[in-house]
Amino acid sequence: MSLLIVNGRVLDPANGIDTVQDVLVTNGRIAKLGRGLKAPAATATIDATGKVVCPGLIDIHVHLREPGHEYKETIGSGTRAAAAGGFTAVCCMANTLPVNDNRAVTDYILARARVEGVVRVYPIGAVTKNLEGTQLAEMAEQAEAGCVAFSDDGKCVMNAELYRRAMEYALPFGTPIISHAEDCHLARDAAMNEGIVSTELGLSGQPAAAEEVMVARDIVLAELTGAHLHIAHISTAGAVRMVRDAKARGVRVTAEATPHHLLLSDEAVRGYDPNTKMAPPLRGKRDVEALVEALADGTIDCIATDHAPHATSEKEDEFEEAANGVVGLETAVPLLLDRLVRPGVVDLATLVTRLSVAPARLLNLPGGSLAIGTPADITVLDLEEAWTVKPAAFRSRSRNTPFGGATGRGVPWMTIVAGVPVKP
Amino acid sequence: MAWKRKDLLSMQDLDAAEIGDLLDTAETMKEIAGREIKKVPTLRGKTVVNLFYEASTRTRTSFEIAGKWLSADVINFSASGSSAEKGESLLDTAKNIEAMSPDVVVVRHKASGAPALLARHLNCAVVNAGDGAHEHPTQALLDLLTIREKKGHLDGLHVTIVGDVAHSRVARSNIQGMKTMGMTVTVAGPPTLIPAACENLGVVVSHRLEEAIAHADVIMMLRLQHERMQGGFIPSVREYSRVWGLTVARLQQCRPEVLIMHPGPVNRGVELSPEVADGPYSVILDQVKNGVAVRMAVLYLLTGSKAAA
Repeated sequence: MSLLIVNGRVLDPANGIDTVQDVLVTNGRIAKLGRGLKAPAATATIDATGKVVCPGLIDIHVHLREPGHEYKETIGSGTRAAAAGGFTAVCCMANTLPVNDNRAVTDYILARARVEGVVRVYPIGAVTKNLEGTQLAEMAEQAEAGCVAFSDDGKCVMNAELYRRAMEYALPFGTPIISHAEDCHLARDAAMNEGIVSTELGLSGQPAAAEEVMVARDIVLAELTGAHLHIAHISTAGAVRMVRDAKARGVRVTAEATPHHLLLSDEAVRGYDPNTKMAPPLRGKRDVEALVEALADGTIDCIATDHAPHATSEKEDEFEEAANGVVGLETAVPLLLDRLVRPGVVDLATLVTRLSVAPARLLNLPGGSLAIGTPADITVLDLEEAWTVKPAAFRSRSRNTPFGGATGRGVPWMTIVAGVPVKP
Repeated sequence: MAWKRKDLLSMQDLDAAEIGDLLDTAETMKEIAGREIKKVPTLRGKTVVNLFYEASTRTRTSFEIAGKWLSADVINFSASGSSAEKGESLLDTAKNIEAMSPDVVVVRHKASGAPALLARHLNCAVVNAGDGAHEHPTQALLDLLTIREKKGHLDGLHVTIVGDVAHSRVARSNIQGMKTMGMTVTVAGPPTLIPAACENLGVVVSHRLEEAIAHADVIMMLRLQHERMQGGFIPSVREYSRVWGLTVARLQQCRPEVLIMHPGPVNRGVELSPEVADGPYSVILDQVKNGVAVRMAVLYLLTGSKAAA
């Protein structure tokens, strides 16, 4: 089957392309770019006039919750949410039940993804067995089975010696170690960021230092081992500064930021809405400014949602008792288009880079480019269409978003995986 | 002035006119306490539920007496022996109680923001009787009433709050209310017990007790929770009491008309020496007495506004 996307603004930062032209897809791969392309027989044509045709977006930090927490999300519902949000591929974190710390779980996830998944699914394996931080997981077998990175995300490996060994052990697989940088003693289960807002609300606060001491430690360990360290959900100005300095020194460190940390500060916690509770917590205004600046200058390599679905009963609770995390797959692209690109804070090519080619290169994934012969994973954006966030209409099983009722303009208009438009 | 709020959740919400109105109403309620028959029919047919998730003697009793003197039916619901122990969520419990049509739910909870959560979901009035380290507005109101009675005014007075400000809802409510009423507030304690960015609340922060109390019109001593040693906030109660306890010797360096306040219960010999707690400057029992009047005023104004709506 073939597909011809005509008259769109083709934006492919990896190849320096930004012109109105057509894209011809055959056998699930990009066949031709150019103006006035003729559709071969039996080719569906998509009119993308006025729209932006870019490489399929990739979210490298998602919790699909399957196996074990299917009441929050499944591989089916999570990938439909991804497709609805413009993502053609997601990487799923290891904190499932059982934990993805061995080949059997990795195989199970990939098998379910083949049956239920509507976008590509790349598992991330655990660094330590059962995320307990005491013994290495069987990373070699997991890498062989298809894990693209390793992380105890949700928890921080507090034992520096073990983390050093993990970085060394993973070297031959070429897979990064993704750090959930949060010193558990400094963070002490605090419900939010420490500052004037936590003081006024009487909620326990964790200082930015809880993240920063771990980013510092992990950069030092990456320097020691030569490993590729990736900092998940970076949230503080100090952490950004350390990553910038480390990159300048040639340390193999990369970083991602979430849409909520780029767009909200701890001021959003006033009112005690548990949908503003996540780890790391929403930070101060200066941290938000530093993140946006780092996103623009490339210190932050990519945007990842940390899509963390929870049932309403786990969120509609006392703030301190409520579960950490928010969903993000279906709101990320509209929010970023409206709040960062529309006001000119970040240009569209930069945003597309941070959502496609950058995450693809970071984890050695296929995609992220519209080069001839590559898999035809394509996202089409409509920069003008108005939207309202309606949690009740989410494809995700969960509704825990701090952006419910928000409005703006710019949406993912079509998500195409291997040359086939996905109907989420 | 007509009272307009559905709930009383925090002093931060209230403006000076509202606080003044509450204090004036409380003053009129005090007269009832002096009567031989301490009962007026004002809230007859109204139901007040005291929903207490944390142990409390004086606050719960104070709300109970306040309701009863106003002829409301008062029901006490405490977490022990209730559905809370069976794992029912706060919201489920509250919705079940609301199905029984109370007019006011008075809630005490260890989680900051729990009364705000209830207020969002319940149609009846919600009164915050202390939530975590957030606020305890009726305590601040009874403190302001006590100060106003003794000093004749609030504006321009200098108050020093001493002790574990970081974990104190009493301190937060008082700081907010006192700032609104034009008072100058100093907080004093070891740096580990002063919350982050505390100066941004509009207070002066001091780490020396003598300096902090020298010019105060009112000194409010906070209770030290013994579990603070586990968190590494202080090394020992002994050292805390030596450095931060208010003794007769330290009191002699203060202004002659200074008021000594404490939200209770007092750790005698820790934050207050017994001589100071029972001494001529102490207004601790006036605070307790005014607590009933303030809570009568709160119940009266909240149910009145609902009837008018």
